[in-house]
Amino acid sequence: MNEEVKLKKYHAPVWDEPIIMEMGRKGRRGIVIPEVEKEVKAAVGDAERYIPTEIRRQELPSLPELAEPEVLRHYLHLSQETLGMMGMSLFGTCTMKYIPKVSELIALRPWMTELHPLQTEDTLQGILEIIYKCDLMLRGLSGMDQFIFHGGGGAHASYTHACVMRAYHEANGELDKRNEVITTLWTHCCNQATAAAAGFKVITLMPEENGYPSLKALKAALSERTAGLMTVNPDDLGIYNPDIDKWIEAVHDVGGLCFIDHANFNGVMGQVRARDIGFDACMFMLHKTFGAPKAGMGPAAGAYGCTEKLAKYLPPPVVRFDGKKYRLDYSSPFKWGKVREYYGNIQLVLKAYAWILAMGGQGIREGSVLSVLHNNYLEKLLMSIPGVSKSYPNVTKKRLEMTRYSWEKLQKDTGIGTVDVQDRMIDFGVDAYWLSHTPWTVPEPFTPEVGESYSKEDIEYWAAVLKQISKEAYSNPEIVKTAPHNQTIHKVDPGPANDPKTSAMTWRAYRKKRGIKS
Amino acid sequence: MAERMPFVHPYMPNSVPETKNEMLNAIGVKDVDELFEQIPERLRFRKKLNLPEPIVAQSSLKKHLTAILSKNKTCEENLNFLGAGCWQHYVPAVCDEIAGRSEFLMAIWGSSSSDHGRNQAWFEFCSQMGELLNMDMVGMTVYSWGTAASFAIRMASRMTGRREVLVPEIICPERLEVIKSFCEPKAMPNHIDIKSVGYNPKTGLLDLKDLKDKISSKTAAVYFENPSYLGFIEPQGAKISDIAHANGAECIVGVDPISLGVLAAPSDYGADIAVGPTQPLGIHMNCGGGVGGFIASRDEERYVREYPTLMFSITETSEKGEHAFALAFEDQCSYALRDKAKDWTGCTVYLWQIVNAVYMALMGPQGFKEIGEYIIQMSHYAMKLLSEIKGVKITFSPNSFKEFVVNFDGTGKKVKDINRALLRYNIFGGKDISKEFPALGNSSLYCVTEIHSREDIERLADALKEVLEK
Repeated sequence: MNEEVKLKKYHAPVWDEPIIMEMGRKGRRGIVIPEVEKEVKAAVGDAERYIPTEIRRQELPSLPELAEPEVLRHYLHLSQETLGMMGMSLFGTCTMKYIPKVSELIALRPWMTELHPLQTEDTLQGILEIIYKCDLMLRGLSGMDQFIFHGGGGAHASYTHACVMRAYHEANGELDKRNEVITTLWTHCCNQATAAAAGFKVITLMPEENGYPSLKALKAALSERTAGLMTVNPDDLGIYNPDIDKWIEAVHDVGGLCFIDHANFNGVMGQVRARDIGFDACMFMLHKTFGAPKAGMGPAAGAYGCTEKLAKYLPPPVVRFDGKKYRLDYSSPFKWGKVREYYGNIQLVLKAYAWILAMGGQGIREGSVLSVLHNNYLEKLLMSIPGVSKSYPNVTKKRLEMTRYSWEKLQKDTGIGTVDVQDRMIDFGVDAYWLSHTPWTVPEPFTPEVGESYSKEDIEYWAAVLKQISKEAYSNPEIVKTAPHNQTIHKVDPGPANDPKTSAMTWRAYRKKRGIKS
Repeated sequence: MAERMPFVHPYMPNSVPETKNEMLNAIGVKDVDELFEQIPERLRFRKKLNLPEPIVAQSSLKKHLTAILSKNKTCEENLNFLGAGCWQHYVPAVCDEIAGRSEFLMAIWGSSSSDHGRNQAWFEFCSQMGELLNMDMVGMTVYSWGTAASFAIRMASRMTGRREVLVPEIICPERLEVIKSFCEPKAMPNHIDIKSVGYNPKTGLLDLKDLKDKISSKTAAVYFENPSYLGFIEPQGAKISDIAHANGAECIVGVDPISLGVLAAPSDYGADIAVGPTQPLGIHMNCGGGVGGFIASRDEERYVREYPTLMFSITETSEKGEHAFALAFEDQCSYALRDKAKDWTGCTVYLWQIVNAVYMALMGPQGFKEIGEYIIQMSHYAMKLLSEIKGVKITFSPNSFKEFVVNFDGTGKKVKDINRALLRYNIFGGKDISKEFPALGNSSLYCVTEIHSREDIERLADALKEVLEK
């Protein structure tokens, strides 16, 4: 690392912005609704006569009363008090990357925003073409036969799979006996949770000495009760299970289905294809991986793809092309329901389509090469920092697009743990990193992921921030313990949020619980 | 496109070969293939990817997208009367400005300290929804009205240990499909039986006798909507919730929040849990990609402890008097408990939630009152004009909010054909519901909102007259 990386004199905006419920003055207006014309009034009378007395609102809602510029300024201030991607964020498992502005601007035009999902197909030919072609592109990247975009996020797509798997076994008359889904500890928690919500019993395989469970352990868990496998590869530690094809074979041998949650696709884009490895279904996150925004937790898009064998269990509609016209095909032979209304967060499909087109096959492969290269370059920088260690140090092959590290040594030496570091790094204009999903089997974990769109200098800056914090931990731990110092707010006490006596998810609850009168 | 050498991409600063080589040298890698040494060769994909030729130049990409998207016919250039779960409301300019702010748009997750402004905006959504609903507990948003209703039904089932839910026969079929998937098939251990409650054929209102007949000690929840799927206002809320409570069931009400300046809050007529759509509050339709849902209830532990959503509570910092926002009761969510969690969550529609907060702040109490009145008067004006057309009838209760059923049985023409003819007038007619509710005959669900002017309604009536006379 360039030893002279200069840390920024960052300070977050501090607007000391009141809660909107405390703002404004009686009578102010942020927007005016058109007046009902006198001809209409003469014809139908007042609105009240159409509202039966027992259902009339007696008191107007106690919303704040503000003028338009006040509302704008308030929310601009709140946006400025959000660090997010304004500095840099290496948020592992999320693949934070550049969100191309061109697709954002295109998606804000009426040809996208002012479409109703129930318009006739003739009036939706443009957007249906985008959906169809995006489906084809994802088929190219995965080998699958059909994609749908109903899922409004990764978890929603894994729920889609759980439902499709359920419908498949139900159609085969086996649902009453096939009630077990097998997964691994490092598989994202949404897989276990959605499989359980669909009604399955979940068996979680624990990692062994190489960082992943053994084929032997999988085989011991398989039986005629197996509905399927839901897994990731690589996992959040950056470790790739090299036996994955043998796993799939074993699951198929007992009649189960195999699904890969491709949230960690960035390191293997264009390098492997889920179908070729043997998977029956997969999920891509169009937000994050495919250049559509994460939007601070949605709207997002979980693209769900599967083979022909499962395609007939997809919820309707599916977009098809007959050579002339794009159609919404609502004929689904197995009616198990839907995962949500309509056919998805289509504006994200548009953005993903634009991103894939802008990247091309060569660009996408270059993206995965850079992601892995960046991660290994960062690893080299981080491993020279006192207090940092790598999970599974015995796994010496290069990790893919992310690596899980530990501050265990730092914590033992100085008392500074990973949450303290997280609170301090944001003083340097770097967003809080991802720790780990629970349980924390790696002590004091953190999981950076660079992706392809940060520069070499960015990576070096990020490492320099951690190096600085490590130095502080050994020399002046107090400054880390009491961080943040340069942020919008000071060290947060989550205690009151987690005690039913003091927790308040709304302003009215807060006022009641603290005895504040208006 | 001819390949340029070297391949340098504007989205990837380190695609410049010199930079890349510096890093490769630093980690001692000669061939980039070594980076993938964990993946056995038999699993690698070495062929050319089956993808279209790239369009890297931004100007060309924009041209390409424009050519495709121009084929759409939008609700802006046409006069639209489609609603049925996704509605064309006016989106204030400030909503678009805030929705497009890079800080919010590109945000990840961060922490309570790093992304304080965004977390405050989330809290302001919950706080303002709480005022509209007269409820103290509001969770973070979910994917849609249907998923909100489904999660609430599952909450009620866990709370009561019962496995049956009563829903109105008049419900959006699309929404019912979602509920169906969440209630699991019979073979599953947590299956919830969905039973439908009939309606009064004259008014469409819930048949209380049928409700009393069907409710039992097995009923986890009674779910109904206000306004209903077909637009009429349901005034029997208090009676319905009394019946639910008398049988130990939870009362869940689905409500369109844009109606709450004029209609009573569900909690005022006994709702234990309220759910509904968030799209009406400042979100563009986006071909259905604008939908979102909310879940709210009383702030009692037995409810709070069943929420599948994330929850953000106001809390404190080391600086006296400073507010912060932190995750509350994270220990019950799927990120913490996986398959043992209270259902599941993930990325939903948190950016829309911020825009919803902006919308509510712009509207204020007076805005909600006026928009509710405008919509009611204008939709009744439309009902009046359409009912004057020969052969056209307005079905059900005379008390509608923004949607109403138009029956064309007397015209001898099918809704599908009428809508096709209306297209020539640049009008998107209402949703064809003749297959969804055969009992209602050849009918269509029309939606009128504040975007419609008197002239728009008259234009629809004139066009319909011409279409039906032909």
